[in-house]
Amino acid sequence: MVQFTLPKNSKITKGTVHEKPVDAKNLKEFRIYRWNPEDGKNPHVDTYFIDLDECGPMVLDALIKIKNDQDSTLTFRRSCREGVCGSCSMNIDGTNSLACTKGIDEVKGAVKIYPLPHTGVVKDLIPDLTNFYAQHASIAPFLKTETPEPEKEWPQSRDDRAKLDGLYECILCASCSTSCPSYWWNEDRYLGPAILLQAYRWIIDSRDEATGERLDNLEDPFRLYRCHTILNCTKTCPKGLNPARAIANIKRLLIERRF
Amino acid sequence: MRMQTPMRTPLKQARGLGSARGGAEHFWRQRITALANVPLTVFFLYTLVTLAGADHATVVAYFKFPISALLIMLFVISSAWHMMLGLQVIIEDYIHHEGFKIAALIGNILFTAFFGLICIYAIVKLSLGG
Repeated sequence: MVQFTLPKNSKITKGTVHEKPVDAKNLKEFRIYRWNPEDGKNPHVDTYFIDLDECGPMVLDALIKIKNDQDSTLTFRRSCREGVCGSCSMNIDGTNSLACTKGIDEVKGAVKIYPLPHTGVVKDLIPDLTNFYAQHASIAPFLKTETPEPEKEWPQSRDDRAKLDGLYECILCASCSTSCPSYWWNEDRYLGPAILLQAYRWIIDSRDEATGERLDNLEDPFRLYRCHTILNCTKTCPKGLNPARAIANIKRLLIERRF
Repeated sequence: MRMQTPMRTPLKQARGLGSARGGAEHFWRQRITALANVPLTVFFLYTLVTLAGADHATVVAYFKFPISALLIMLFVISSAWHMMLGLQVIIEDYIHHEGFKIAALIGNILFTAFFGLICIYAIVKLSLGG
């Protein structure tokens, strides 16, 4: 059944309030979820204060500053710091986003930071995305063809190339999938918005010859039809993409091929 | 729901039992019945307002008129069907215990059939003068 309360060992307790930096004039409060699998304690929320005059503009800048100056045990993923790698996706101020593209000034009051919702936590702000990546592998995210490969490359018209816009930009940060209640309740069988958007990216690719096979693999009450179009995915996507439309297009194609 | 399945690769778990190769039919029927429900519900509400406070003879006279009896029957069939499809989605969403789920899915079909049949029987009875 759906769980309405957290298991006992996941209940969040109060954590440490770290000291304010001295002589700071422009203080901002950060409340950050902490959990260490090795200390046997429940997760807790630590409070840190950052002098914004001494810090970059993005939430990731603040996290790196905390790690460098105040608490080196704070654990999170980050790499490109410019919204193209998808590593630093987390729940900031109640919305899944990328810490590197979310401005600190976008948040009123204390900045509350949690790992992506309803994921297993590896440590602190790092979610376990093993299943998510396996689901991505399951849709065969690569060009499938049977026609012998042309000497140079597979040609594609400009119009067909334009159909990939709004799809190819997805960086698999999992913000959308982990914002979706259908994915929360059925993540083992529902593919979720990110993977379905990726699947549609290959279905709509004019060069791919496995369109029917791809649609066959998606036509399933759980893999595809758990989507009830509540649009959390589209609302939260830090890249401004529309996974809900991609899913609706898959559903449309599944009807279209029947008649 | 996170499954505890040791010594199986993540891909094995993600693929599960494979695609059921179904669901489009369910999706299509849910949309068709939803579409049909729009005018039929308007007619049903019209019927309710018209017959509010009416005596038995007036109601019988209303349902003796074939168009009204047929439209109300269509309303019953379409809305019951729509209800069954919708409840099935809710059961699949929230009930994860295999046994409970199958029982609820069976119960859903039987309840809908029984409920729909009672309504149809009542309309037939009224339109035949009962």
